[in-house]
Amino acid sequence: MPTLVKRLLAALVIILLLITINQYMSVDGLFGFGVPPYYARLIVLTGINIILAVSLNLITGFTGQFSIGHAGFMAVGAYSSAYLTVYYAGAWERSIAGLIGATFAHVLIFFLAILVGSLVAAIAGLIVGIPSLRLRGDYLAIVTLGFAEIIRVVILNIDQVGGATGFTVPAYTNFLWVGAFAVITIVVVYNIVHSDIGRALVSIREDELAAEAMGINTVRYKVLAFVISSAMAGMGGVLFGHYTSFLSTNDFQFIRSFEIIIMIVLGGMGSMTGAILGAIVITFLPELLRMLGPKLESLLSSIIGAENIPVPVHNFLLQLANYRLVIFAALLIVIMLTRPQGILGTREFGLSWLKRSRRAPEGDKPVGSSIDTGDSERLSTPDGKKKVDDK
Amino acid sequence: MDTFVQQVINGLTVGAIYALIALGYTMVYGILRLINFAHGDIYMVGAFVGYFLSFQLGFATGPSLLGLSVVLVGSMVAAALVGMAIERFAYRPIRKYARMTTLITAIGVSLLIENVFVAQLGAAPRAFPQLLREQSYTLFGNAAISKSQILIFAVSIFLMLLLQWIIFKTKVGTAMRAVSFNLNSAKLMGVNTDVIISVTFALGSALAAAAGVLTAQYNPQIDPLMGIMTGLKAFVAAVLGGIGNIPGAVLGGLLIGIAETFVVGYGQNIGIPTTFRDAVAFAILILVLLFRPTGLLGSTVQEKV
Repeated sequence: MPTLVKRLLAALVIILLLITINQYMSVDGLFGFGVPPYYARLIVLTGINIILAVSLNLITGFTGQFSIGHAGFMAVGAYSSAYLTVYYAGAWERSIAGLIGATFAHVLIFFLAILVGSLVAAIAGLIVGIPSLRLRGDYLAIVTLGFAEIIRVVILNIDQVGGATGFTVPAYTNFLWVGAFAVITIVVVYNIVHSDIGRALVSIREDELAAEAMGINTVRYKVLAFVISSAMAGMGGVLFGHYTSFLSTNDFQFIRSFEIIIMIVLGGMGSMTGAILGAIVITFLPELLRMLGPKLESLLSSIIGAENIPVPVHNFLLQLANYRLVIFAALLIVIMLTRPQGILGTREFGLSWLKRSRRAPEGDKPVGSSIDTGDSERLSTPDGKKKVDDK
Repeated sequence: MDTFVQQVINGLTVGAIYALIALGYTMVYGILRLINFAHGDIYMVGAFVGYFLSFQLGFATGPSLLGLSVVLVGSMVAAALVGMAIERFAYRPIRKYARMTTLITAIGVSLLIENVFVAQLGAAPRAFPQLLREQSYTLFGNAAISKSQILIFAVSIFLMLLLQWIIFKTKVGTAMRAVSFNLNSAKLMGVNTDVIISVTFALGSALAAAAGVLTAQYNPQIDPLMGIMTGLKAFVAAVLGGIGNIPGAVLGGLLIGIAETFVVGYGQNIGIPTTFRDAVAFAILILVLLFRPTGLLGSTVQEKV
């Protein structure tokens, strides 16, 4: 089958899948099964976090540039698009609704808002990236953090977008939008990483000086990765703002940037599937911990009976929900202590795992040596020696 | 002129606090190349230990110099122990791993401390008891300096001189400088690096706790999240002065304190809203790093601890 047909088919399958899942994301659902709103909300937020984590992974995981400013670009995207949808979208939608129908006009307008949000975030990324990417390591980290805080304070002082009181935004986002853009983000980042640009980015991560010596324009590639990453963060911000339908600059404090970094480090830096896994874990874990107390209590009462539970245990379980963030932080430390390379390391999770386990052991390689296990395996024989590529 | 002097005094007060916290950041960074994000929370822990000490020991009822000294030293000792415990149980096991791992662990420790305090004590601010009879003295016409400001200057200058003495005149200090210069070489020369790193955390944490108690005298409101923004700005101060450099941390702290006070005091005259107070530290940092990528006093031969 030709590649193009294959890809179109894959796209069709994904779209159909997303539409089907979208049907389940309401209380009525499909065939009587529906996801409760609480979980539907968590799933949508997970999708947005996947966009943010995968995009940050491009600059931090693959290019090795440490950025703590992702929330800032998210804020730029969210607020710039919200400005559009709040002040102009309604009128535009009505004026074109007669021509192409209300639903399509709605879709078109939000698509435009996402484009604008991403574009403005990309420009912000360019403005921030050009000066700061001259710096390295922790200095770059603190400057990106600084820019994000400055962006936040500037937004706080723009009265047109609500300033300190917050900004009410129409709720356009649903699961379908988030799912579609999460897939787009993953595909785009995957393709970048597996292209010649991706190889340049990874070479910068492994050794910037060596990469430069090999003729790679490191500044250009770093800025490129940074701008793409910012645009996607902006996209995540647009979806986030139009989902919660209320924007406050408190949502974009540096703790939010930390959260995204935690996702990619937890999943394994430089692993696409790791970033996705990290996003899922970090979104669900605090919420699951919220339910831990009641769940344990009902489990216990089903074993020994509700009246037999000692009072201190009962009180402890009742209090557990208050300590969910404590448990979350403790778990984070424990994971880092026991698995410092993240859950997946630099590997990718997939069907190829089954095949790979029969080949040369993975553990011999130094951590972070290669992200493109597919390529390296093609070039190396099972005993680890590089094969000379004779044409 | 009067208001200018007043602004400078207030700025130096805030700056001295930042400087005290920045010293801890810069010492730990100098030795481990680790941004200890939990350091801002140590400052908060120091303030809370001071709060509970003054109630437990009965100093909260009336101002007394004895009470103040006991509370100050007590919270410094307690924070030093907390700092050493954090280093021992969270940072030491992962010292050999990638920088990102240690950084996430630091963030995790920071979140842990904050959330333990919020869960135990609630997020609502508490009023710190007054341990110093408030009184202000006028200087240069209308400018005034309060007793708590004098206290902040006196204690922070004393602590900075003490730190300087420890680092340059004692055996431990020599070892600290050796470790910051090259950890492995220092180890080969017989320096017990684990102990020295522990001492560094203890010193830094004690300074942060002192800053916490002193701030609480100047601005008697403490809450479990007070360390986040202050800690971040102190870190910015450390980077601004050239991270790893001790005089740099003090310079950076004072500069940021003055800049913040000026933005609040004079910003409106030139159209800068007072909310930019939180952004000015970062703006200065970015401008400085663009022209001096290693900070104001950071040079090729850095004096690090």
